[in-house]
Order: sequence, then structure tokens, then C-alpha cells
Amino acid sequence: MVDFRAQGDDLAIDLNELEVQMLLSLTRQMVDFVGPTDRAGDDPLVAMIGIDPDAAPSDDPALLRLLPDAFMDDDEAAAEFRRFTERELRDGKVRNAVAVRSDLEAGHVVVSRESMRAWLGFLNDARLVLGARLDLTEDNQDDFASLPDDDPRAALFGLYGWLTYVQEELVQHAMGRPW
Amino acid sequence: MSVAPAEVVRPETSEVTERAWITIVWNDPVNLMSYVTFVFMEYFRYDRAKAERLMLDVHEKGRALVSTGTREEMERDVTAMHGYGLWATMQKDD
Repeated sequence: MVDFRAQGDDLAIDLNELEVQMLLSLTRQMVDFVGPTDRAGDDPLVAMIGIDPDAAPSDDPALLRLLPDAFMDDDEAAAEFRRFTERELRDGKVRNAVAVRSDLEAGHVVVSRESMRAWLGFLNDARLVLGARLDLTEDNQDDFASLPDDDPRAALFGLYGWLTYVQEELVQHAMGRPW
Repeated sequence: MSVAPAEVVRPETSEVTERAWITIVWNDPVNLMSYVTFVFMEYFRYDRAKAERLMLDVHEKGRALVSTGTREEMERDVTAMHGYGLWATMQKDD
């Protein structure tokens, strides 16, 4: 179990070296996964005002979950919305991962009031990706919990559970603060 | 740039039609109930009771209507929800 200690508004997290390295690796993977594509980076229109004319819903369920359609039954409206907003959405998720990485690299990890939002967003995004990779549903989580250790999905589900635990602790701390 | 005739009649954008868009948050198996409540409190500034009621709607009914407003306002809300990692869509309130 991880030791969480409130320091005023901040929350100190006592992570071991393995946990720090694992989270650092996840932040790097998240930046690669959700970061703007090279195509978008080269387009002056995209660079200037954040509009990506070629943005399209991903075939990858994990990426589609991070960058979902904004309209349920209107593909045209969803496509237009995506062209105008997807770039900024990607950038925001990258900023979250980078902020978490910066806290992790500081040695002893202290989540400040300012970086709490980034931590919660990053942990949630990481869990969404793992959930999509594992094809988690409301009903099959018990099945994953009883997988044999040598099943590769057992390790992913273990990681998912650990991230869930850390995120829950952070949310409880954030909710306990005066608003 | 075109110049509108002086007697042009303004399009019928009554308060009702301007506000007739809604944002819906959908259930998913990953998001924590506490986190969804936190997002509703932090972003919408809803009090805890309202945030928890909406969260329970998402969890138990599969969806909740979380905000109402103009199309532009709902675009902002949906974008913000996606930033938090919640699954949200917008639509005209029929």
C-alpha cells in the first residue's frame, strides 16, 4: 500500500522506485499515444489556430475513448466538432502527462493543488486506455481478478487496479478540501 | 462584407431556442463514482448533493443530463468533459 500524507492543501505520495519508474513509463507512453500527429504538427493552420482539417475518429477503441465523438447520431456535426477541438484535447492530455512526469522527477512526490487536476486526468486517461485494452465491462471485472498469474492480462489488470487505488486516494483528498 | 437592409427582421432566436441544447454524460465501466462527482463539482460548481445525484443517474440509468444552454456553451462543456476523461455528447433538446 502507498502512504499518502496531507501537507496542507498538498498531498505527499510515498512511492517506491519501481512505482515511480512505472508511472514515468506510463506518462511517456501517454504522450506518444495521444500526442498530436506529425501531420498535424506540419500544418500551419493547425499550428496557428488549432484546427485540424484531417482529424477523424480513431479505429483504436482506446484512442477513440480518449477522443470520443461529441454527437451521438450526427456524424457530420461530430466530424466538424472534432476538426475544431481534437488538437486542443490532445494537447491538454499531453500537458497532464508532462505535469505528472515533472512531479515524479522531483524526487519525493508532492501533488500540489495546481497539479492535482493533471494527476487525476492523467490517471483517469491511463485507466481508460487499460480498460479499453482489456475490454473491461461492468460485469467482467471479477473474471479478471481471478486470472492465473501467468496470463498476460493479469499484469495489466493488476496495474489497472493499482492506478484505480491511487486515483481514488487523490480524489478523496481533492474532495475533502474546502471549495 | 454585405450590408443588411435597415428594416431587416432579426432571425427568431428567442431565449428558448438559444438555450435548447443539452450535454449528456454516459456511463462507462472505468470512471470512478467519486471522480465523476468531483468533476461535476469542480467544473459545473454543483453542490455535492446535486453532483452525487447526477453521478448516480450516470451509474444507474446509464446517462445524465448535466447541463443546458446555447450550442456554444454545450460545446465548451462537452470539450471540458472529454478533457476530464468523461464520455459526453451534446444534442438539441427536443
